[in-house]
Amino acid sequence: MDLTFTPAEEDFRKEVRAFLEAKLPERLAEKGRLGRHLSKQDHEEWHAILNERGWLAGNWPREYGGQGWSAVERHIFEEEMTRACAPRIVPFGVAMLGPVLQTFGSEEQKAYYLPRILNGTDWWCQGYSEPGAGSDLASVKTSAVRDGDHYVVNGQKTWTTLGQYANMIFCLVRTNTEGKPQEGISFLLIDMTTPGITVRPIVLIDGQPEVNEVFFDNVRVPAANLVGEENKGWTYAKYLLTHERTNIAGVGFAQAGLEHLKSIARLEQDNGRPLIENPHFAARIAQVQIDLMAMATTNLRVLSQAASGQAPGAESSMLKIKGTQIRQEINALTRVAVGPYAMPFVSEALEDGWNGDPIGPDYAMPATATYFNNRKLSIYGGSNEIQRTIISKAILGL
Amino acid sequence: MNFELTQERRMMQDALRRYLANTITTATREAAEASPTGFSDRIWEGLAELGVIGALFTEDQGGYGGSGFDLATVFEEIGRAGAVEPLLDTGVLAGGLLGALGGDAAAQTLEAVIAGTHQLALAHTEPANRYALDRVSLTAEKTAGGYCLEGRKSVVVNASAAHDLLVTARTSGQVSDSAGISVFRVAADAPGLEIRDYPLSGGGRGAELTLTRVEVADAALLGVEGEAHAALVHAHARATLAICAEALGLMDRIRVLTTDYLQTRKQFGKPIGKFQALQHRMADVLVEIEQARSAVINLAGNLDGPSALRDLHVAATKNLISRVGKLVAEESIQLHGGIGMTMEYDLGHLAKRLTMVDHRFGDGIHHLDRFIRLAVA
Repeated sequence: MDLTFTPAEEDFRKEVRAFLEAKLPERLAEKGRLGRHLSKQDHEEWHAILNERGWLAGNWPREYGGQGWSAVERHIFEEEMTRACAPRIVPFGVAMLGPVLQTFGSEEQKAYYLPRILNGTDWWCQGYSEPGAGSDLASVKTSAVRDGDHYVVNGQKTWTTLGQYANMIFCLVRTNTEGKPQEGISFLLIDMTTPGITVRPIVLIDGQPEVNEVFFDNVRVPAANLVGEENKGWTYAKYLLTHERTNIAGVGFAQAGLEHLKSIARLEQDNGRPLIENPHFAARIAQVQIDLMAMATTNLRVLSQAASGQAPGAESSMLKIKGTQIRQEINALTRVAVGPYAMPFVSEALEDGWNGDPIGPDYAMPATATYFNNRKLSIYGGSNEIQRTIISKAILGL
Repeated sequence: MNFELTQERRMMQDALRRYLANTITTATREAAEASPTGFSDRIWEGLAELGVIGALFTEDQGGYGGSGFDLATVFEEIGRAGAVEPLLDTGVLAGGLLGALGGDAAAQTLEAVIAGTHQLALAHTEPANRYALDRVSLTAEKTAGGYCLEGRKSVVVNASAAHDLLVTARTSGQVSDSAGISVFRVAADAPGLEIRDYPLSGGGRGAELTLTRVEVADAALLGVEGEAHAALVHAHARATLAICAEALGLMDRIRVLTTDYLQTRKQFGKPIGKFQALQHRMADVLVEIEQARSAVINLAGNLDGPSALRDLHVAATKNLISRVGKLVAEESIQLHGGIGMTMEYDLGHLAKRLTMVDHRFGDGIHHLDRFIRLAVA
């Protein structure tokens, strides 16, 4: 048993930290600190900076332009990124589709799409959920019918995060209605500019159009855009979901959020004293910090079990549940900390080009929006209820 | 022991529930959000015509109610409907304070309030006083024939619509003294008063107020100079009951919406309400809402009793509502999944409004501290 990182890992951490100090634009870090919204251009700018250093897809094998980072290296990188308030790497191409193409894609697909993910030519979004297929993902109905060299796609996807920015979407489509639902699903890459595709934004309770509905009306997709074999898409989808869960604990986000919360509680006044000195408020912070310390170690335990480049198994469900509970509690305490200034709701104040004075302290403005937005953490990526079912079946054998 | 409402209150409850259910729609909510006041003039007039505003005032004040159970009855229905009209601010908080301190000179204004033609707001919160009722740093200095007010107020709910603002000010003592606090009536268009208004999460509008040498006449002082603290505490006790009853109505409505959703949303070939894991979560929600109902009854029954007992129940009820409100808002969103997070569906609006209850008149921790001082320490 050794709780310390190796000297090589510590060196890597120093290297990442130095890189972030040198290369992370202050403008983007400030947006992160103040909870401002990042534009498409902000994301693209940061991706390009990371790509120049070869760190946009550090988790990818070297042959595809990655670094072949171990799970621990990836963890260190993510921890330093959140500590520096860097924009998170948009996951759809780098973290989700990339590993699927590397494992199941054709040589042509790998050669064409992987460089375009790295150089920012393509912005991918995820076409998984449908109105009738959320937790029960295997019941997807969007159909793809073979017609010569094409598939004709009809149906609807929903909760498509940042779909408004995307030019490409990877979709689970139904190619067979016989047999078990899981056995008739295929994994298809679709150009969003194809005729017949309509994107409609959905405004969430924080006022932001972060997700979308995507409609497909007789959309013709080249058959060459099928990944792997027809009707084997469920296998690839599950593979993708386990990769989606590698940083699911969100330890770095929680640590950064906790520090931010403490800094607010030092500034907020409660009966003439800093709020952080209120024993009941301090107790709530202490509890979540104690939980976070243990969860960070659970996260490292799971990571160290996973071999380099491999995604963890059912243990990641445990990380998702505890990690999201901790982050949501930190968000709730942050909302409570700002007191009456949690009430003003001026979402344009979080956008570029807003020049007005903040209403109350600048740290107060995003507190409520962030609290509501992060209710999604326990809903998306397989809701926490689904994670509990996975734990009961796969770990407990119930 | 009798937990039934009187016949008069039951009639008010029925009429109000019917009126709001038939009136409030997605379109009226969107229109309210877009309006400069943050609410619907038409619904406000409708509430006045139904006599709802009068139910918040005593007979002495020109109304026909004003007791704890009158407030609880009205606000539970306001919450159930997700109404955003400023009954709490004009009717209970500022109106109640004006009724308590204003004497005969206030009668005409109260009459207009009850008729639905006059709006009020209480400006007490300041950038650094959080939820404290005894911390006031905005100053009022005596001048010849009046006072001069100088300072800032924050998150003043309903300032956008108010004809008059009731402003708490320090006329003597230190910033944290309960003695030396006075209340002044200031017209919304008074020279030197700057109102910067904005929408609030969960509906309605608030504002930041900057008072730069605002001159008012002696008659603007309500009650005795420096002695407003007790009335301020009483007005907040009444407003706390009102907002807790509103939270209870919101929770009842949210419970119904969520239960309906569990019965209709199908995954894995059956309604998700058939999964025991979700049934038990909803059962816990119900148990906690009934705790909230009892806490509201406790406060309503003690609102006009001895002040020590009243304050104990204010702290207890607001603390419990804080905890249960968070549970109900978060569980209802989770059990709905993505649809619970959208602006296109009622639940999100109701959950936001419920969550914001914790940010008025003291949050759970504030009232835990108070309860410990009053009952435990």
